[in-house]
Amino acid sequence: MKRAALAGAVGVAAFAFSTSAWAATEVQWWHAMGGKLGEKVVELAEGFNASQSDYKVVPVYKGTYTETMTSAIAAFRAKQHPHIVQVFEVGTATMMAAKGAIYPVYQLMKDSGEPFNPSDYLASVTGYYTDTDGNMLSMPFNSSTPVLYYNRDALKKAGVTEAPKTWPEVAEVAKKAQAAGYSCGFTTGWQSWVQIENFSAWHNLPIGTKANGFAGTDTEFTFNSAGHVAHIGALADWQKSKIFDYGGRRSDSAPKFYGQECVMYMNSSAAYAGVKANAKDFEFGVSTLPYWPELASSPQNTIIGGATLWVLQGHESEEYKGVAKFFSYLSSAEVQADWHQFTGYLPITNAAADLTREQGFYKANPGTDVSINQMTNKPPTENSKGLRFGNFVQIRDIINEEMEAIWSGDKSAQEGLDAAVSRGNELLRKFEASN
Amino acid sequence: MVENRPWLTAFSHLVLIAGVLVTAFPIWITFVASTHPGENLLAGQAPIWPGPMLWQNYSEVLSAGMGAAGGVPVGEMMWNSLIMSLMITVGKIAISIVSAYAIVYFKFPFRMTFFWLIFITLMLPVEVRILPTFQVVADLGMLNSYWGLSVPLIASATATFLFRQFFLTVPEELLEAARIDGAGPIKFFRDILLPLSRTNIAALFVILFIFGWNQYLWPLLVTTDESFYTIVMGIQRMVNVADSEPQWHLVMATATLAMIPPVFIVIAMQRLFVKGLIETEK
Amino acid sequence: MEKRVTFSHKSLPYLLVAPQIVITLIFFIWPASQALYQSVLLEDAFGLSRQFVWFQNFAQLFGDRLYLASFTTTMVFSIATTFFSLSIALFLAVMADRVIKSATVYRTLIIWPYAVAPAVAGVLFFFMFNPSIGILAYMLRALGYDWNHELNGGDAMILIVVAATWKQISYNFLFFLAGLQAIPRSLIEAAAIDGASPLKRFWTIIFPLLSPTTFFLLVVNVVYAFFDTFGIIHATTEGGPAQATNILVYKVYSDGFIGLDLGGSAAQSVVLMTIVIALTVVQFRYIEKKVEY
Repeated sequence: MKRAALAGAVGVAAFAFSTSAWAATEVQWWHAMGGKLGEKVVELAEGFNASQSDYKVVPVYKGTYTETMTSAIAAFRAKQHPHIVQVFEVGTATMMAAKGAIYPVYQLMKDSGEPFNPSDYLASVTGYYTDTDGNMLSMPFNSSTPVLYYNRDALKKAGVTEAPKTWPEVAEVAKKAQAAGYSCGFTTGWQSWVQIENFSAWHNLPIGTKANGFAGTDTEFTFNSAGHVAHIGALADWQKSKIFDYGGRRSDSAPKFYGQECVMYMNSSAAYAGVKANAKDFEFGVSTLPYWPELASSPQNTIIGGATLWVLQGHESEEYKGVAKFFSYLSSAEVQADWHQFTGYLPITNAAADLTREQGFYKANPGTDVSINQMTNKPPTENSKGLRFGNFVQIRDIINEEMEAIWSGDKSAQEGLDAAVSRGNELLRKFEASN
Repeated sequence: MVENRPWLTAFSHLVLIAGVLVTAFPIWITFVASTHPGENLLAGQAPIWPGPMLWQNYSEVLSAGMGAAGGVPVGEMMWNSLIMSLMITVGKIAISIVSAYAIVYFKFPFRMTFFWLIFITLMLPVEVRILPTFQVVADLGMLNSYWGLSVPLIASATATFLFRQFFLTVPEELLEAARIDGAGPIKFFRDILLPLSRTNIAALFVILFIFGWNQYLWPLLVTTDESFYTIVMGIQRMVNVADSEPQWHLVMATATLAMIPPVFIVIAMQRLFVKGLIETEK
Repeated sequence: MEKRVTFSHKSLPYLLVAPQIVITLIFFIWPASQALYQSVLLEDAFGLSRQFVWFQNFAQLFGDRLYLASFTTTMVFSIATTFFSLSIALFLAVMADRVIKSATVYRTLIIWPYAVAPAVAGVLFFFMFNPSIGILAYMLRALGYDWNHELNGGDAMILIVVAATWKQISYNFLFFLAGLQAIPRSLIEAAAIDGASPLKRFWTIIFPLLSPTTFFLLVVNVVYAFFDTFGIIHATTEGGPAQATNILVYKVYSDGFIGLDLGGSAAQSVVLMTIVIALTVVQFRYIEKKVEY
């Protein structure tokens, strides 16, 4: 055996040992939540551990989403993987395709005899993570959707009383704010997610064929349609006059909003806590994403981003019982409501949303219900249920690259989106071939 | 100098002072940022003079650590970095000085094969073979251990190569004399070669210590247990946080602390460091 | 080049090379051969299914415009970094050599960036050049230049070149200064008596005498720019925008580690290994020749 031979050959060097003590029944949970969110995750695990004595959940922070996912995959190949790993939404297709590696959540709950009712969960959230038969494959954990944050004081100074509802209004407000002395109108975080993926769902436009990839891996991208080109083209135009100002791929543009350079900012509803903490010198408000009246008479619904918890195969059934118990704990209304209110992530169950409303949280914190209203605005269509494309981590990078080329004026919106679609399709074919 | 050009001398000083300022600037900004409250750094421009939060920030990272890095106190991460770099340094020097000795002072079958086998590893960084290497380390059960952190990084030829170059410049007469005195290979190595290599060992100590201390991606991959996190990896983690902004003041305080040990070693050993390297190079 | 006199002993030499050989085989040769094998496979990330595809990964690689562009990017980056770090270091060293009494003080003050981890250096420069909060970006804007390395490939390239150069100047400075101090004073003084100006003395005497040091540093710097700058790029641009700073080493990492394209990434590793071996042989030939005379 290769492994044994190798282990023998190393001789002297091999007397290393792992120090993790596998006391009682321990459940390893790898996550990607840094900062304040990381502290909250630890609190969740501690809460569960204190609630019973048979199982112990050990949260391990593994860096960024990509680092967490790749570490878990590398560990799986080496048979050293955790029980639970947090994977961001774009990794979904990769995880789903790995049939022998994942332990579907509905199966897990059934096998370990935990009470589990899929209809307790918010359909628009779980829809992203269910297979074609409606079975839930992973446990939603932190889901968010993009919203519009705006600087109330700046809008007032510019003579605007209400947050803009449509894109032309956004441009209007931006120009007024610029006239009032602000250097930039709006900026965005996570451009592919906000300006392509959610833009499409919000306007009921397909991102790809085969129901955005839900119906098969032989899907192709369609986000170079006339509607997409018009939208990206408008942004590119606005970049020249700083109505729009690009500030980086992730949330790197946030300081532009905090520092009152830009008066509007589109990013995840989960950025709420950060905005609240950092918007020191001004009042801010939250509103729905703008839409183009030319493309849709009224907006559809937005889709989620964030991550879910996947269970990996290859551990003892006793340990999986602990995982199932932990998931029940995590889904309870009290835990979810607290998580939702603290982080700005969507509640994953209807009960948690109701509880939050009863507690008067939305009244006390205006704007925090924008995300859930956006998600449930209309019943989701094929175009707004979510998306499922393989290799999407890389494809997002391609979209980022091409969009950056558009913002800098190297390419027109049409050229950039065409290039992104054709490069993306290549990776889709590669994914189709390897699965 | 025969001639005296006061203007040129003044100019030289001016250039050097400018050079020092430019080199020190990033470090200064790091230090300055580590003395301000976090919000100051996120809104508007970074300050250029120190702020009032020196003690708070440093005591926070030293005692509690920060959530963004898994809440591991900086002191503990620095201790891990220290152990890892010392293991790499000592291990590398030990195995490479003996293998260089064998390759230079012995004639034996497959000598050149061994030499090339080692030599080929000279430059390829661990990043490009990281996944297969991870697999090996996992198979050997070395994840989450100081061995796993350090042993795979010992597999590099730099030190062997430098020792070989140095041994080649050692006069042949020494060996002849030693053999006339009846000294065996081990005695010759211990009594003559080792003392002669002192400066080289010192130079390598500096290089390898810094190499080990500065590792980033490898520790990230092989550790899942917080008690083995290293400092450089901790800093990177503090910067990459999902759905929120980095707490720059704490990042910079940690960065300042992380720089102290390697900078101290370089400055304290600079004379030996240069001498050791130049001698080998000649 | 070899020793005339050697020991002869049957088992001792094997014992002496054994630790290094064992470690090299296990942690280097074995993983490298795995990469070689991987490069002809098409495999899913979890290793659940794999198929043998001959050289398809390589064909795809060299048909990929972006991979070829990465070569150019690597060249531009390496040449710029090497040129600036060498010339600035040489200039500073020549100045320090003139004011020999204070040279040690300056050396101590200039040496420390060498000790800063590339990953940490990257974080520092990322912070200083951050378009929204960075002090250098702010200064540039005050001068009328709208710095944005998130968007402008040229800015991003400048950023990584500056960061990489900053870290390497100290190392080059040390060697140049030592090299300059080894040049006999009498030579320079003789030229000074002949009336040669300092500039002329530098180009006709000092610079040629420094050429061994310069060549050595050239190789070291190229290797540094090729491989050791990984941490800098990882912490600043991550290869962007639009792959403008995606040098070969970073691309191997980002395609394999982030993109989970194991076969393609392994094929890149193989290409890179070939380049490394070629570079090593060139360097080795040169050093051997020099030691001989």
